[in-house]
Amino acid sequence: MRSPNPILLVEDDVVDASTVKQALEDLRVKNPVIHKTDGEEAIEYLREQGIQLPALILLDLNMPKISGVELLQMLKADTLLQRIPVVVLTVSKYEQDKVDTFDLGVAGYVIKAVDYDAFLRAMDIIIQYWGYNGLIEKERVNEHARL
Amino acid sequence: MRDSKPILLLEDDTVDAMTVKRALKDLNITNPLVRTGNGEEGLAYLRDENNARPCVILLDLNMPKMNGIEFLRVVKADDKLKRIPAIVLTTSKDDQDRVQTFQLNVAGFIVKPVDYMKFVDAMKIVNLYWTLSELPNSDQETANAKLETDSACRG
Repeated sequence: MRSPNPILLVEDDVVDASTVKQALEDLRVKNPVIHKTDGEEAIEYLREQGIQLPALILLDLNMPKISGVELLQMLKADTLLQRIPVVVLTVSKYEQDKVDTFDLGVAGYVIKAVDYDAFLRAMDIIIQYWGYNGLIEKERVNEHARL
Repeated sequence: MRDSKPILLLEDDTVDAMTVKRALKDLNITNPLVRTGNGEEGLAYLRDENNARPCVILLDLNMPKMNGIEFLRVVKADDKLKRIPAIVLTTSKDDQDRVQTFQLNVAGFIVKPVDYMKFVDAMKIVNLYWTLSELPNSDQETANAKLETDSACRG
């Protein structure tokens, strides 16, 4: 069976990136995670020929080289890449960041909780929502095996 | 939903619209539901400045007069309206519809389960997601749009 399309995580902070990866693992998400540490790396990756397009992009905003907003502008100007839904995961509560990113067509804007349990609950909602969109798959849990 | 603004529903089928209304009620979602029967009516609602801007738009695709895709083309090209998240609720499993609407920056494409309880489960997650997600302030004109107008006037 073919594996589901990957989730692209664009995040410069190593700790934050591993927290997201841990949460996806804890939620038994089957989609592989591809992690890029800034907008430049992400756009280079996305423009490589023959890659499996990500099902979803999880995007931080404050990053070196190319920021999240600049990366969004590039994605939304590209006829192939503009169809990938982008969810912003950030610590920024600035109204201007919300306005700018929704104007650029993001499909969600989630402020990262510091506490892991709260963050995991938020990621669970994100994963269930994109699951209903047919983009995220989860491992089936064998209840008997867990007992 | 995160704020108390209305939810705008574009749905031509009365039974389907009633199902959405009932699901929101069963989930204790208190946002007012504004229903319009097609894209043209939806657009008229959004462009009437006396109406509250919705927090989200839920739309069907197959509708008379102006269908969902035509509606999205207009809304997503309008600087005052484009930031309102639009979520497709459809029975269409057509991949072309999915690609085309995501290219038009929809914030979700949910194939409606036929079973009512499953539909309520889906709407529950839609509500949780759009309560978790921040929403932009859709009442303010965009600073960018203002700047563009200003420079166009100067030119």
